[in-house]
Amino acid sequence: MSYSGTNGSFSRTLKEYGCIMQTEEKNNNMEMDDEMVVRIPLIYELSKPGRRAYELPQLDVPKQDATKILGAKYMRKEKAMLPEIDTLGLVRHFTNLSRRNIGLDSSFYPLGSCTMKYNPKVNEVVAAMPKYLKVHPYQKDEHVQGTLQMLFEMQEYLKDIAGLDAVSLAPAAGAHGELSSMMVIKAYHQSQGNSRNLVLIPDSAHGTNPASCAVCGYDVKTIKSSANGFLEIEDLKANLNDTVAALMITNPNTLGLFEEKIKEITELVHEAGALVYMDGANMNALLGIARPGDFGIDVMHYNLHKTFSTPHGGGGPGAGPIAVCSLLEDFLPGLIVTKDEDGIYRTVSMPESIGQTRMYFGSIGVILKAYAYIRRMGKEGLGQVGKIAVLNANYIMNKLKDVYHLPYDRVCMHECIFSADEFKKNTQVRTLDIAKRLLDYEIHPPTVYFPLIVSEAIMIEPTETENKETIDKFIEVMKSIATEAQEEPWKVQEAPYMTPVTRLDEVKAAREPILKYTPNLKK
Amino acid sequence: MFIGIYLVFKEILNTGLFFLKGLNMAYIPHTSQDIKEMLAAIGKKSLEELFQGIPEDVRLQGEYNLPSKLSEPEVLCCLQKLATKNKTTDEFVSFMGAGTYEHFIPVLIDAIVGRSEFTTSYTPYQPEGSQGTLQTIFEYQTAICNLTGMDISNASIYDGATSLAEAVLLAHTYHKKKRKHVYVPAGLHPEYRRTLHTYLINQDIEIHELPSIDGKIDIAKSKEVVQADTATIVIAQPNFFGVLEDVDEVVALAQSVKALSIMVVDPVSLGMLKTPGEYDIDIAVGDGQPLGIPMCYGGPSFGFFAAKQQYLRQIPGRIVGQTVDGNNERGFVLTIQTREQHIKREKATSNICSNQALMALRGLIYLSALGKEGFYEVADQCFQKAHYLADELSKIQGFSLAFSAPFFREFVLHCPIDADKVLAYLYEHNIYGGVALEKWFPERKNDILIAVTECRTREQMDRLVELLKNMGV
Repeated sequence: MSYSGTNGSFSRTLKEYGCIMQTEEKNNNMEMDDEMVVRIPLIYELSKPGRRAYELPQLDVPKQDATKILGAKYMRKEKAMLPEIDTLGLVRHFTNLSRRNIGLDSSFYPLGSCTMKYNPKVNEVVAAMPKYLKVHPYQKDEHVQGTLQMLFEMQEYLKDIAGLDAVSLAPAAGAHGELSSMMVIKAYHQSQGNSRNLVLIPDSAHGTNPASCAVCGYDVKTIKSSANGFLEIEDLKANLNDTVAALMITNPNTLGLFEEKIKEITELVHEAGALVYMDGANMNALLGIARPGDFGIDVMHYNLHKTFSTPHGGGGPGAGPIAVCSLLEDFLPGLIVTKDEDGIYRTVSMPESIGQTRMYFGSIGVILKAYAYIRRMGKEGLGQVGKIAVLNANYIMNKLKDVYHLPYDRVCMHECIFSADEFKKNTQVRTLDIAKRLLDYEIHPPTVYFPLIVSEAIMIEPTETENKETIDKFIEVMKSIATEAQEEPWKVQEAPYMTPVTRLDEVKAAREPILKYTPNLKK
Repeated sequence: MFIGIYLVFKEILNTGLFFLKGLNMAYIPHTSQDIKEMLAAIGKKSLEELFQGIPEDVRLQGEYNLPSKLSEPEVLCCLQKLATKNKTTDEFVSFMGAGTYEHFIPVLIDAIVGRSEFTTSYTPYQPEGSQGTLQTIFEYQTAICNLTGMDISNASIYDGATSLAEAVLLAHTYHKKKRKHVYVPAGLHPEYRRTLHTYLINQDIEIHELPSIDGKIDIAKSKEVVQADTATIVIAQPNFFGVLEDVDEVVALAQSVKALSIMVVDPVSLGMLKTPGEYDIDIAVGDGQPLGIPMCYGGPSFGFFAAKQQYLRQIPGRIVGQTVDGNNERGFVLTIQTREQHIKREKATSNICSNQALMALRGLIYLSALGKEGFYEVADQCFQKAHYLADELSKIQGFSLAFSAPFFREFVLHCPIDADKVLAYLYEHNIYGGVALEKWFPERKNDILIAVTECRTREQMDRLVELLKNMGV
């Protein structure tokens, strides 16, 4: 049985819509075989010489022979093999492809650690205002005062929400903010004449944490989590010494728990002469609840695409600003916006800046969306976010804990983590199978197999923007999948059924890599 | 004390109201009834009980020091008003380039990219529910390979500068970190160079500048200075001054010491200029902004990263591959993931996690909309117009081109007086005349980098020429 992607919701078959087509019948953008499988060709397969989707104004200067002027040795032999396609064909191709995606606007998307909250449309309208788009990065400060004022205010807001003293808006993504933070820490220690070279990271941390250390030239030591899911303080103590540059901590941690002894932890690290970096991936839980600066964090990154509602865009662009305590302010990367006595906003670099970490100021388009969100929510709205996000997560946790194994049974923060270990033992149904089965209900699966310290992990983050009815429906679906897993395990193991493709062969993809379209390559 | 009592009172009042009316907020849907029912299901009496594990002394006291909430019309009004303080390239005719260019952007890009299935989805971790994103990335990788003449491409990186930094890190790792030297041309974009410096400062690598002459690499002298234990030589084509480098000779030099060659390339130039693949380059990188992305004060954009097949297991970032499903139907997945941070952790050589999917999608749609012929035309019109303007400007008494080497669509104009003065004069006449080079090259006080794209009309260029003629110097 196969299904199509033609009618807005990809889970409906053509037959269900009574849209029976002759098997030979094709249009440009879709192909269908006798089993009613709808395929969307690659755009290169739609190409036909002589077609075009866009025309330029006529050249209005005398044409010269480029090859003669530059010399043949600088010219490419053949024009680039780009598609030749008409406008409607192009629009239809991408529109049809979009229908093969699950997005937040159509579906619940409880992807743990990713904070898939509603992406307000007003943010998009603001970021598309031509007066923000049509400014060049090398215009003088005086000529981009609108953008700079927005950036200045954003710095102020992010300082306050972090409870820290200075902000750089430069980093392009969370992992980039994390890397920038570690570079700032390194530069600080070097300025103090310290050659500390070790970073402590809990075993529950995101993979980017140790990877950022590696790029920074730091050695990494893993700190254990205790049986109840918190950082093991004794293990931390045992590893703290004068070679330690920093502790990288995520709070709430990736098990969805607030580190209750966070103050003791940061004090211990500070006593050892090291700094504490906080991975801000889970910052949504803290909105209105606590400020990292108040519990001893020295530097943290934000994910504007998580906490501040900017869309994830299928993987990016995001933005990962960092906030630091006054000790680290002078080392911030890139440019900072300041305000003159006469009210003019200016870009400056900090005296001991680690330098540039990217081109230009930052991802302005993303920052604008987050700015619009913060203004729309205000202190009143942001103050409620954490509470409701935590309420939603605990509600799911309590409703599902009789059905799925809950490895850490205590009040969680913004996300809850289950394990499908029991199913795996009893029926061979794995977490991956449960995730795939959810797709049949048009629910995007939670994060799976993370954190690594929970086997068969299922990490659910509902966010505050989901209403009770949606969450109740999700709970029902999860329960019915659990029943299926026990009674008809094959049904879960062979899922999904309602998606444009059935389960994909990832091993084949890695073993026989096909990474681009090559004409005439046989399937 | 009175303040304390007042705050407690206010809190009680707020909580009371809150339970009476719910939150009454558009982005938080919970009614007071919902909250009551959900708390009951959890076995808690109040929301506050959910936070008992957080010690009182780390709790946020009072509220944030942020502005009060605004309604949607108020947000729009506020940001519209703020935007009027920007002097845009709609009001000023712009000849600014230096890595960010004003090109025509087909309006269908916004229409397609604005579809929420693309914008509101995340990294395609679940391929069966993300075939749209995955197929577009596969098509993007193909477009980048076709454009650059390289074998493989990743799914994109933050921007051109970080893409270069990742390429150099790759070269360093490729040589098992035993080769210490990296050479860059004087004509490397200053922001690329600075970013590279930041990324490499914690590695055992030294960055050197290649000798230059007439705005480009001095091949003869370079041959004398390049050392045997060189990890990579970086080339920029066209370089920051718009000048075309003799890439083949630099590649030969790199190959003579078994160093990797990395080419930073303006993607628009690839509409007509020789590709990194044709030059036998190892890694090609660059910034995708010219491909359908608004300038937006410099971001977001995307960086492209393409390489020879042999580097497949080392390249950073996400890669999408073709495979089949249970019915042997074609489908796409993220692949070759053992390279990545979530698996390698501290053994990773890159910490890149996401890609710039939506920006790369803009690039793909741009290249597809222009197509084979249209994209060539964009490059050709840039070339034609830039050469028209350069010819006209160099006829003006006192003005000349700073370099004699061939250029593509950007050139350095040497002025008889301070570049800043010339630019200020043009600004008075609603023209952004270009980018003054003194900021990065103090000896180039009188030099302006001028970019011309297909957006500029002959009339606009003639006006620039006329104004400079009449400047009276």
